[in-house]
Amino acid sequence: MIFDTLQQQVEEILARYPVKRSAILPLLNMAQEQEGYVSESAMREIAKILDLTPPQVFETVTFYTMFHLKPIGKFHLQVCKSLMCALVGSDDVVGWIQKKLGIATGQTTPDNTFTLSVVECLGSCGTGPMMQVNDDYYEQLSEEKVGRILDDLKRDGICSLKTGPFMYPQPLAK
Amino acid sequence: MAQYEKILLNNMEQPGYTGSLPDYERAGGYQALRTVLKDMQPDQVIEVVKKSGLRGRGGAGFPTGVKWGFIPKDHPGPIYLCCNADESEPGTFKDRQLMERDPHQMLEGMAITCFAIGAQTSYIYIRGEFRLGAKILERAIQEASTAGYLGDNVLGSGLTINIFVHQGAGAYICGEETALLESLEGKRGLPRFKPPFPATHGLYQKPTVVNNVETMANIPHIINRGGEWFASIGSPPKSCGTRVFCLSGHVKRPGNYEVPMGIPFRELIYDLGGGMRSDKPLKAFIPGGASAPFLTPEHLDVKMDFESVALAGSMLGSGGVTVMEEGTNMVWATLRLTEFFYHESCGKCTPCREGTSWLVQTLQRIWGKRGRPEDIGVLEELCGNIAGRTVCAFGEALVGPILSTIKHWRHEYEALIQEAQGTRPAGKELLVFTH
Repeated sequence: MIFDTLQQQVEEILARYPVKRSAILPLLNMAQEQEGYVSESAMREIAKILDLTPPQVFETVTFYTMFHLKPIGKFHLQVCKSLMCALVGSDDVVGWIQKKLGIATGQTTPDNTFTLSVVECLGSCGTGPMMQVNDDYYEQLSEEKVGRILDDLKRDGICSLKTGPFMYPQPLAK
Repeated sequence: MAQYEKILLNNMEQPGYTGSLPDYERAGGYQALRTVLKDMQPDQVIEVVKKSGLRGRGGAGFPTGVKWGFIPKDHPGPIYLCCNADESEPGTFKDRQLMERDPHQMLEGMAITCFAIGAQTSYIYIRGEFRLGAKILERAIQEASTAGYLGDNVLGSGLTINIFVHQGAGAYICGEETALLESLEGKRGLPRFKPPFPATHGLYQKPTVVNNVETMANIPHIINRGGEWFASIGSPPKSCGTRVFCLSGHVKRPGNYEVPMGIPFRELIYDLGGGMRSDKPLKAFIPGGASAPFLTPEHLDVKMDFESVALAGSMLGSGGVTVMEEGTNMVWATLRLTEFFYHESCGKCTPCREGTSWLVQTLQRIWGKRGRPEDIGVLEELCGNIAGRTVCAFGEALVGPILSTIKHWRHEYEALIQEAQGTRPAGKELLVFTH
């Protein structure tokens, strides 16, 4: 039971809303953080916590693109392909990743390290091309930068090239 | 180059400014909240905001004070405020900066708004991808609560104002205010029929105001410096104040630029943005996010205010300006945008759900040089059957860009279709739709 050890956090979340069902997205986010995806047992647990039926949870989950119903790789590479990023080369970024990892879009590397997705606008249009990896943004990508990000993540689990808090353009030094 | 006073980005552009509470207080932060609680009645606050001429910065541009005024008087409550931080309109990335760099500015605006409309509970609906922004806001709420600016008995006034961060999970439509409310209630984010409007039947069917991040960030400044001051900036009387315009695409210096409304696009693109990134001239630009019809070089001297852009046949929308250079194929650009709308259509209304799929297939066919002579007509007919036939504004939003590129660059569609005719196999073609 994934929420057993998270009782206090669950209580805190429930206290924010006058109607229990409102806590569904926060609880689903918690479940996905724990397991890497939203499992059937997690949905059943959430239904119980919120006094819903499992199908009510399921119908909500399937509306939102950030929830995975199956396990994915440790690092989820999400490259923005919307027009603004496409104008400045997002298709190249997808190509570089595919070449380096030897996977197609939607696939996971055999060692389960990386899953590649192309997604719609991530709100980073002035600093494209860009991608989100798990919680972090990486912006103004070049082939060399993408290579370093993938190497760092694989080797160290983190990469110093992640960006934010966001401000662009940077103010000129006075 | 003309210099303009920045209102919203001023703090964060000071060297060393971190957006922490002490930094914000040193810059005069939370003075407006003190003033409001000490010296003003809720109605007076609404009056000041009405006088300022502030209009919503999310895209629709509805007058903020008027919206607040729709909340029924003497309602037993609860009344809710929701801050729309679901910034997802392609071309727009200003709220992200406002939240991550100066979170207290919007929190103060929200606290003042809560006082004005009589709300005790408020939610920031932030898009799920903005994990960093959510963390920064949560930390800022902690700081503000500890200092007595939020929570029970705000600054000794006896008022309760609680703000909670609520993360979405990837759905553009949740930026539509009634879809946002559905999502906040824990359901699929399907827009509601209007009326009734959120002002009377909003979150949990209670009176609710939904305001954009940038709108909220303007409030403390309006209180501190007065409605008349704000109304004197920009293009009064209809487009007052500054806007944080988001510049993207084929320009030298993309990014967020805060300028008074009413400067011409040329100034933003060429003076602030440094002009085109290469020697290719400008071919087209989107003036207000992906939902705004495309404009051409002829429109570069159009003023960036609500009315002027509407007169030019487009809209100022969310303030996202995307520039495209000569050589960009407009059928391709339209296809990319339409793929976005296809992906993000929530599926509630048939014309939009099915129409976006047909639009993408038709555009793919034309772009893939398999187009038929009648395909431009097919696009126009599909657009005509979507606009005005859906519950929310998404339908209108998605057809505008398509019709505008057909209007301005019809020859590019025709050229691709012409090319297809040469390669078309003889005989009857089997029509296959793949989803």
